Amino acid sequence: MLATVLVVAPLVAIFVYLVYKGAVSLNWAFFTHNPVPVGETGGGMANAIVGSGILLGVGSLIGIPVGIAGGIFLAEFGRGTKLANAIRFTADVLNGVPSIVMGIAVYSLVVVPQGHFSAFSGGVALGIMMIPTVCRTTEEMLLMVPHAVREAALALGVPNWRSVLSITVRTASAGIITGCMLAFARVAGETAPLIFTAFGNVGWSEKLSEPIAALPLQIYVYALSPYDEWHRLAWAGALVLIVLIVLAVSLVRYVTSRGVLKGAS
Amino acid sequence: MGVSIEVTNLNAWYGTNHTLQEINLDIPANHATALIGPSGCGKSTFVRCLNRMHETNPIARVTGTVLIGGLDIYADAKPVEIRRRVGMVFQRPNPFPTMSIYDNVAAGLKLNGYSNHKVLDEIVEKSLKNSALWEEVKDELKKKSGASLSGGQQQRLCIARALAVDPEVLLMDEPASALDPVSTSKIEDLIFQLKSQYTIVIVTHNMQQAARVAEKTGFFLNGRMVEFDSTHKIFTNPSDKRTEDYITGRFG
Amino acid sequence: MTRIRFQQSLEELKEQLLVMAGLAEQSIQRAVEAYRVRDLSICNLVSISEMAINRLEREIDQAALDLLAMEQPMAVDLRFILSVIKINADLERVGDAAKSISDRVRSMEQMAQADLPVDIPRMAELAEEMVRKSLQSFIEGDADLARSILTMDDAVDAMNRAAYKALTKVMEEQSHLAPQALNALMISRALERVADHATNIAEDVIFWVQGDDVRHHKSLKTAPDPYIIE
Repeated sequence: MLATVLVVAPLVAIFVYLVYKGAVSLNWAFFTHNPVPVGETGGGMANAIVGSGILLGVGSLIGIPVGIAGGIFLAEFGRGTKLANAIRFTADVLNGVPSIVMGIAVYSLVVVPQGHFSAFSGGVALGIMMIPTVCRTTEEMLLMVPHAVREAALALGVPNWRSVLSITVRTASAGIITGCMLAFARVAGETAPLIFTAFGNVGWSEKLSEPIAALPLQIYVYALSPYDEWHRLAWAGALVLIVLIVLAVSLVRYVTSRGVLKGAS
Repeated sequence: MGVSIEVTNLNAWYGTNHTLQEINLDIPANHATALIGPSGCGKSTFVRCLNRMHETNPIARVTGTVLIGGLDIYADAKPVEIRRRVGMVFQRPNPFPTMSIYDNVAAGLKLNGYSNHKVLDEIVEKSLKNSALWEEVKDELKKKSGASLSGGQQQRLCIARALAVDPEVLLMDEPASALDPVSTSKIEDLIFQLKSQYTIVIVTHNMQQAARVAEKTGFFLNGRMVEFDSTHKIFTNPSDKRTEDYITGRFG
Repeated sequence: MTRIRFQQSLEELKEQLLVMAGLAEQSIQRAVEAYRVRDLSICNLVSISEMAINRLEREIDQAALDLLAMEQPMAVDLRFILSVIKINADLERVGDAAKSISDRVRSMEQMAQADLPVDIPRMAELAEEMVRKSLQSFIEGDADLARSILTMDDAVDAMNRAAYKALTKVMEEQSHLAPQALNALMISRALERVADHATNIAEDVIFWVQGDDVRHHKSLKTAPDPYIIE
């Protein structure tokens, strides 16, 4: 009981504080308007909200498949091999790379050859950061599937690859999805890697080839600014960011609980 | 219909452990054959050589010939093909936990490409009837998960799943050892009915069970097959003293 | 070795049967002795033994049933217990035969002594030898000894048939000796039955030790199919 309280208390405290500071600045305009120049009132973070969505979308498209594939390889096909050990080591190292370093790395690898900042490069940075979490969680969840279940599939004359995908992965799917959501929630709030890749944008942008705004980035910029108006918007943005993350995670939980996990005891 | 199994000079290893030595055995079609013996004698390994599950372990090795219905399962066929013709039921029931009863039974077919729903419905019904589970689950096929059934029901579900792919041989590795006496009786009655359609090989450490369901019995000891004869002979007047010592409980 | 308690139970069952066997053997010896010396007090001993034998028969059957139910005996153990049950019944019949002889001796007490053309003591000697040997083959688990008894039965049968012929002749020609002759005939019959029971015991020992069913081996070859009703 005490442990639960200790864990939940900071979360609740942060949330309450955010509501206190940020709710006052929330209005319809926040969600529908782009930022306005300094001095003017009004405006919002519509572009940052959409921008974050696009960046996370691209990141997930890169990070989740690669991570899951890596996890499947580590758990099912490469057990004990040197390659698997190398992959696992790489994933752990990647996990520990500071996010700013990641941003710089992607800057050199994507932004420089492209010649400009872009949403795509931001997505790449976020995606790469998602890989280790997704990969390791997938591997662990797959390893937790009882050997008996795999044997049952093999004994039916199902080829090994098919057994892995249709039976083992399916059995572990709840855990794998959790892993993806953990990775998603983590990168949703990342700011540093976006500084040199997505760069941010005061205007509206949807193209992958252009710089794009992102909520955490915007919050960072506004918070560091000397303008009160922008501070208020930053608080609002922080609140919105947290709420959106919670909503996204809950949505995924709800959708998947109606599907794959149905009836499991 | 079932087919006969002829085993010649079968040897099996796990790494350097010579688990089976020079096994020679003819298992008749459409009969139930029981394999008895103390723990670690190799009977489970032997049975897993019959559907090539033995080699799912990377350090496993096999020499010798196994003919199932005349087909050399090691030289002339792939493991996946053999396992569709030789089904297996394990000691602990292992239904797929995230699938419904229907999906469990149909798993072998669906995963091998069958998708015609009408055909699947028929096969699922027939298999569940053949494993004496239909009446108990017919109203909840798609709603209940395989893992929510009782132990005895789960095992019958696994039998239905194995039967759904229409094998010729059914291997059962101590199928009732984790079940209560009533469930055990149900499984034994089932074996009795099934053997007219399939060839059944049942590994058991319960000699009364072997006596109840099998026409022939083989006694394994330390990786060798000591005696293989009619169940009646083995249990009333075995030829080998080691067999007699085992079944009378003098050792083992 | 495992199942020590079960092995002990089997030994105890064997001991019980041997006590029964001792009583039965002794009863026959006493009954024949009573015939030889016409001593009624010995007949009383036979009557007392008979009651003990009957009680033992029930106890042994119960013990055997318990072992079958509780221990699921297999192979040789199963054959052993089955043989014990059968030998138990044969021994009880031997006791009955002894009682029968002893009853004949009592009724002959009232009659005059007669010299009859039948060698009861010789028959008794043969029958007693068969009983003794069959019980020994049981004690030692000696199937060869058991087999040697199977042929001895022929001699006793022959003597019984001869006694029948001789005694019926006596009854026809010397009718005043008919009562004695009749009693002597019944004693001869009782001894013939004792020999049969000894044969059965020997057959049961062979079944236990070797798993061979050697009963009725002579008539089996020409026996009709019992399931076809003519």
